[in-house]
Amino acid sequence: MERESNKEANQYVWEGAIPLQIHLHQSEVTTLPSPPPALILAPRIGYLPLLVPQVKPFFSSALPPGVDTVWFDYKGLPLKWYIPTGVLFDLLCAEPERPWNLTVHFRGYPSNILTPCENEDSVKWSYINSLKEAAYIFHGNCKNVMNMSQADQVELWQSVMNAGNMEAYLRVSSKLKFGMFGDPFSLSLNSSSSKSRERAERDATGTITSGRIPVRLYVWSIQEDFDNLEDAPSFDSWDKISYINRPAEIDGEGKCFSLGDAIKILLPEIFGDEPSASDDTSKAEVEDNSKLNPEEPSNVEGTTVISESKDAESCNLSKPAEIKLLRIQGIEPKLEIPFTWLANNLMNPDHFLHICVYVKVPEQTAT
Amino acid sequence: MLIDKQVSFPNFQEKQKQHLTNTLRRRLQIGLSIGTSSCCYSFFNHFPPLCNQRFLVMVLENGRLCSSSWVGSITADEFRVATLVFAERWEKCNSSLSQWSWVSPKRLGVAADNVEGYLCLQKMLIPRGAKDSCDEASTDNSKEEPCFDNEDDPVDNATLVQSSDGEAHQYDFHIVYSNSYRVPVLYFRGYCIDGQPLMLDDIEKDLPASSSKMLTESKWTFITQEEHPYLNRPWYTLHPCGTCEWMKLLYANEGPLVKGVLVDQYIVSWFSVVGQVVGLRTPLEMLRS
Repeated sequence: MERESNKEANQYVWEGAIPLQIHLHQSEVTTLPSPPPALILAPRIGYLPLLVPQVKPFFSSALPPGVDTVWFDYKGLPLKWYIPTGVLFDLLCAEPERPWNLTVHFRGYPSNILTPCENEDSVKWSYINSLKEAAYIFHGNCKNVMNMSQADQVELWQSVMNAGNMEAYLRVSSKLKFGMFGDPFSLSLNSSSSKSRERAERDATGTITSGRIPVRLYVWSIQEDFDNLEDAPSFDSWDKISYINRPAEIDGEGKCFSLGDAIKILLPEIFGDEPSASDDTSKAEVEDNSKLNPEEPSNVEGTTVISESKDAESCNLSKPAEIKLLRIQGIEPKLEIPFTWLANNLMNPDHFLHICVYVKVPEQTAT
Repeated sequence: MLIDKQVSFPNFQEKQKQHLTNTLRRRLQIGLSIGTSSCCYSFFNHFPPLCNQRFLVMVLENGRLCSSSWVGSITADEFRVATLVFAERWEKCNSSLSQWSWVSPKRLGVAADNVEGYLCLQKMLIPRGAKDSCDEASTDNSKEEPCFDNEDDPVDNATLVQSSDGEAHQYDFHIVYSNSYRVPVLYFRGYCIDGQPLMLDDIEKDLPASSSKMLTESKWTFITQEEHPYLNRPWYTLHPCGTCEWMKLLYANEGPLVKGVLVDQYIVSWFSVVGQVVGLRTPLEMLRS
């Protein structure tokens, strides 16, 4: 029964799609009138470069001669192709825009911002590497992925690429032996210590109650306040978004591990208000640290060398940060929802749970 | 700052090398994962690690890392400790070269805590055509040379780095901790003196021959461009999926693991392998505490 409901959620994730209205960038239009925009339904779990075979026929007659290197932008922001399309949409459109107006470019690849994407192979390997990483987080090795037969690999990629045959995907994916995480809701809402032992027994049936969950977090920390999502400022640079690749560890200690708990653990920079046991050692390290930094590295983009991080931390405690928006697969789950349910049901085919978060962070006087 | 001449190739003992290779081969034969093992097998063939009798152990004080269960990874805190040691020893042994420093980036609009961050080496000069001298060095492991010469003062660099087209390339190296793989990952980028970034084709010419070869053999799994975890920009990186395994094998060679410390050595020994990929040699002195 639980499997059934899982499958239903998986099905929704698998079939999710975003209507796109794709315009050719003005600078690449060589015909009059300029070609009309292309309307395409993009799978949420897919990647933008995979749409190129569909997009290109719309514009090929209008393109200047030359070699194509396709990329997309949204309001001038080059879109990272290795982020699933659905995640880009959730992240960049606080107030969902339908159809989503994107601009396609066939020239002038912004290689200082985007990693190169030569062809479908680049996307495939990006996906496989992501899958490998998830397997590593899960099993402590990538053997299952590395040992996949050529046929399985092809079948897996084919199913993901076209968001096509979910059954095929599940069949191959099950060989990778990603277990289901135990779902505390299916047992009890307020589990006591005796209940936790019950669940540990349930472990023997193959459900996992502790371990690491592959998570990719896209965090926009904002200082302006806003009440409505329409008023949320829009992005003009990726530098405003922190991409945090940090697995969530669940210990199966019996208490319900909620999405809210996970966010606190995943973002100690923002929510880490509990003094940790390692404080003493870390202070010693700070001193070592300043010793180590006689010459400051000059101007690394977007970074500063901090040797007085203690000050910054303490001022962090004064005002709490606030989550303005948290979106996974287009939905905004409550923070009380068990994290394992989300991991089981809303993960992408790369076995990562992609979470988009807008956090309002109190302004700091330090640094 | 001519790396290959100043930092001599370590005194890698032939016997140990043989033993290590045999261990690796045996494991391969008993059918460990084809992908990663063959990957690290060829990795070691191309880039033999620093080995040394004293370089024994890798056990944490709390005893969590003990020989049989240790999987070759370290925690973020251990990484921080190991990078400190590495940077200090680098300074001691390579005082004439660029130095490593710890960077705590500001992220999420707040200052990062002191564990979050990476080790950074900037503006390392790598002469064009490093390839040849590098390969010579790797065959000459008979004697241990001092790892740097005081006579190589910065004034000499101009003459040292001249090459066919009279242009040296600068490289930035970052050692970043991967929370997923629980190992260090090397990120790097190269640029001309005028700041123009280098494409992979240009970089390939600077790499030792063994790296170029692997680059051709494993296009998608060796050196790739990935987003730098802190800088939001594409950087070149060595894929970390095999790191644990070869780090474990590196220590497996050393017989029964003694319970002790030596998280310290982790980055040093790790870098003795991956540094070679990009033509940076680790002097043997760095293994000595």
